[in-house]
Amino acid sequence: MRNTALIALAAAVCLGIYADTNDPARRFTREIPKRQRVQQALNRLTFGPRPGDAEAVGAMGLKKWLDVQLHPERIAENPVLEAKLKTMDSLRMSGEQLVRNYPSPEVVRLMMNGQMPYPSDPDRRMMIQRLVAQEERKKGQDGPPNPLGDPRALSNLLTPQQLQALRTGAPRERVAVFDALPAGKRDDVIEAMPAPLRQALFAAAPPELRRRLEMAAGPAQVVARDLTESKILRAVYSNRQLDEVMVDFWFNHFNVYLDKGADRYLVTEYERDTIRPRVFGKFRDLLEATAKSPAMLFYLDNWQSVGPNAAPARSAAAQRQRRGLNENYGRELLELHTLGVDGGYTQKDVTEVARCFTGWTIDQPQRGGRFTFNPKLHDGGEKVVLGVRIPSGGGIQDGEMVLDIVARHPSTAHFISRKLAMRFVADDPPEPLVARMARTFSKTDGDIRAVLQTMLDSREFWSEGAYRTKVKSPLEMVASAVRAVNGDVDFAAPLVNQVTQLGQPLYRKVEPTGYSNSGREWLNSAGLVARMNFALQLAANQVPGVKVAVDKPDAALAGIPLGSPEFQKH
Amino acid sequence: MNTRRVFLRNSALAMVGAGAAPLWLTRALASSDGPAQRKKVLVAIFQRGAADGLNIVVPHGEKAYYELRPTIHIPRPTSNGDRQADAAIDLDGFFGLHPSLAPLKPLFERKHLAIVDAAGSPDPTRSHFDAQDYMESGTPGRKATDSGWMNRALPAAPGPHAQGQLSPVRAVSLGPTLARTLCGAAPAIAVQSIAGFQVRNAQAAEQFERMYAASPDPVLQATGRETFEAVKLLQSIQRQSYTPAGGAQYPRSPFGDKLRQIAQLIKSDVGVEMAFADIGQWDHHVNEVGARASEGQLANLLRDYGQALSAFWADLGDRMSDVVVATMSEFGRTAHENGDRGTDHGHANCMFVMGGGVKGGNVYGKWPGLEKEQLHEGRDLALTTDFRDVLGELVARHTGNPMLKGVFPGYEPKFLGLV
Repeated sequence: MRNTALIALAAAVCLGIYADTNDPARRFTREIPKRQRVQQALNRLTFGPRPGDAEAVGAMGLKKWLDVQLHPERIAENPVLEAKLKTMDSLRMSGEQLVRNYPSPEVVRLMMNGQMPYPSDPDRRMMIQRLVAQEERKKGQDGPPNPLGDPRALSNLLTPQQLQALRTGAPRERVAVFDALPAGKRDDVIEAMPAPLRQALFAAAPPELRRRLEMAAGPAQVVARDLTESKILRAVYSNRQLDEVMVDFWFNHFNVYLDKGADRYLVTEYERDTIRPRVFGKFRDLLEATAKSPAMLFYLDNWQSVGPNAAPARSAAAQRQRRGLNENYGRELLELHTLGVDGGYTQKDVTEVARCFTGWTIDQPQRGGRFTFNPKLHDGGEKVVLGVRIPSGGGIQDGEMVLDIVARHPSTAHFISRKLAMRFVADDPPEPLVARMARTFSKTDGDIRAVLQTMLDSREFWSEGAYRTKVKSPLEMVASAVRAVNGDVDFAAPLVNQVTQLGQPLYRKVEPTGYSNSGREWLNSAGLVARMNFALQLAANQVPGVKVAVDKPDAALAGIPLGSPEFQKH
Repeated sequence: MNTRRVFLRNSALAMVGAGAAPLWLTRALASSDGPAQRKKVLVAIFQRGAADGLNIVVPHGEKAYYELRPTIHIPRPTSNGDRQADAAIDLDGFFGLHPSLAPLKPLFERKHLAIVDAAGSPDPTRSHFDAQDYMESGTPGRKATDSGWMNRALPAAPGPHAQGQLSPVRAVSLGPTLARTLCGAAPAIAVQSIAGFQVRNAQAAEQFERMYAASPDPVLQATGRETFEAVKLLQSIQRQSYTPAGGAQYPRSPFGDKLRQIAQLIKSDVGVEMAFADIGQWDHHVNEVGARASEGQLANLLRDYGQALSAFWADLGDRMSDVVVATMSEFGRTAHENGDRGTDHGHANCMFVMGGGVKGGNVYGKWPGLEKEQLHEGRDLALTTDFRDVLGELVARHTGNPMLKGVFPGYEPKFLGLV
């Protein structure tokens, strides 16, 4: 009898525990032990802990570390990162400078015809004039072959010894050939080298020579290359980890697609000048900065959206180009940037918002242009947006009023808070937490840092429901693996490709939705196979451009922990 | 038939090792004696971004079409040789195909291709994200559905211990992520490339397999199991280099690669029943059509699309009698062109249904017209056929799953007589 009762009791306790651990709402009320809190902070607020990070946070004190991460301007940046970004000068250029310094074939042609000036930097000017010369040679290719052979062939540029060293020498010998060449001859040799030789040289080359190799392969591609590689380098090396996570979050929220026409040259400044300085600031400021950014105006077509009574364009061609309203930005502003799809707007609101933004355009987008308001293209009539009357006769302030209305709408406070909680806490975040964050959002006029503070002060963030429950995105997986093994990234293009292979091409999400913040979305067989293979390659020191210390005798299996189910979560 | 079985025995079985052969494979080998035993296959194609159906299946008999689109219409079919390349290809005197879809004309003539026009989702949303979600879940207007219609359409496993009797690749989504359409209770896998679908070190693979099997996270555990079963199976066909049959020329594009690999999987008899592939970039708000109808963004994309579909058809040859391909896009585009020689988000669209058993050569569906009062909300092509009518019929009559209530809950598909 007593035994039966005991068994029943034991069963009840077991069931109770079972029910408790499996009831998601209750899991968010159970706090994790103190020693796991540092781990949780590093998992969610950085791109993964490096060896020694947990001890460093412990020594500083978790509270202080959190506070500092929320104020990245107080953190000295890692000099290693700064050194690695130094040669990537495109990261520091305006759109207009990029167009001229990293010209597309069309722009090279413009420069040839004198319709656009060459870049002022003499070395850069020389590189581009070389492209022009190449272009002209292509045109004249039909002429008779030179009986003495092509003077530009490698065999005519180098001695047989040099040629052999370049073809079969050790990496250091290949670079030495270049060091010995007069400066003027280096680019001739690069131009004459076939692709496999260039690649072999690239791995061993110092940064300056690499730059020349990249330029020879096509200057326009270097812009995207710098952007994607720098994203990986920052994720791996930056001391301002939460800042980088937030830049990734907001870029993805206000997604633009790098390969859409003029955006090739506009995304660099978009991330640097529009997103980055505002990731902890007021949401309204960030929203307006994106609304006025050439990158967004181009991506969502608003620069071509025109009111019905707009003054006719001068030429017939321009007239065909610009004839009416385009709803694209208006819709995504409401659905994706602010209220959310269930935030309570109608098709009529979409059209009215689009009318308000007519005239928000770009001056010379193909030349890396600037935001401008063109009153001639603006629909000056009266509009009603979400029940608010916007009187006729307005100009640029019509769009600004829309931003005021949507930035301060309660649906926006909830939508943004939920998205942040989804990124930082759980795929399906507890509603009470989202509600508290949304209250902070509304009370502080959309102060993002304050909303994050509410989240970090919550019981839910430090709960069992949150701890190690989210599957990493491809970027998080790749960056955290490199950090976990203290990998030294010499060049990051192979890691960029890896993230693409896993399904998250950086800066290349075509749809304005951006990538999902839900970890589960990334879990599938193709991704799992690719993650396991990457883990094995990385730890065996087989990913080009990344040096990893291999101390295990069996290097081929050293990557097992990085490919394990546990490492896929954070 | 015989060659196929010999191939299976020699390669598939040998690769996994006779002792470790999964139950489904031994069973399949024991019973697959003729075409009657072959599985029916349903392939779904998603055109992401809302394809402009009115410029794909052109209602050239409709005057309003040309009035609504003064600069971006597809000209009426013509016998004038100089202008033919830029004119619609007539199908039935009223509808015509975009000129880039010329490779599909022979399929239509041989009655292997049917078109359903004014079809799509009845939900009024014009959000890409929501509309794709609804179409993939198969439950318009309902966001809480956590599985996709294609997963629910997989015929139930025969018997309580059936898990091991089913092919691990019976439901395949091509690409780096698993499509929403195929998410759900039944195992389904994502494959980016057949050749790359393996863990490169055998010893590591074994260790990983054990670790995932022991994971306390049920989703990681299940994904791991599905992955390793599929990896073992696909090893058998990774060894063979694949040459498309019937002179099929797949375009060198992501979409061409996807269809080529689906064909390879079907022809290798590894047990595929449902396959999914998508093709993006249909959201043409600006400069949809170039200086001529055969140029510009839509024309280029349709060339890739049409060539890939026609190559798939040629490659599968007689095997097409087991296969039906259905295409869809989240919604159509505005009947009128916008201010930028493009179109904005609209409502109804067209769907293609292709297969050996399809009653093709016909444009199905009731045409609602394009006069102002006939348009949905005064701006878009109205909807007369629910996409679930098309897919429901294919699920019930092609794949032979009569349990449509579970596939499209709350909806009773009305069959059009497509198969």
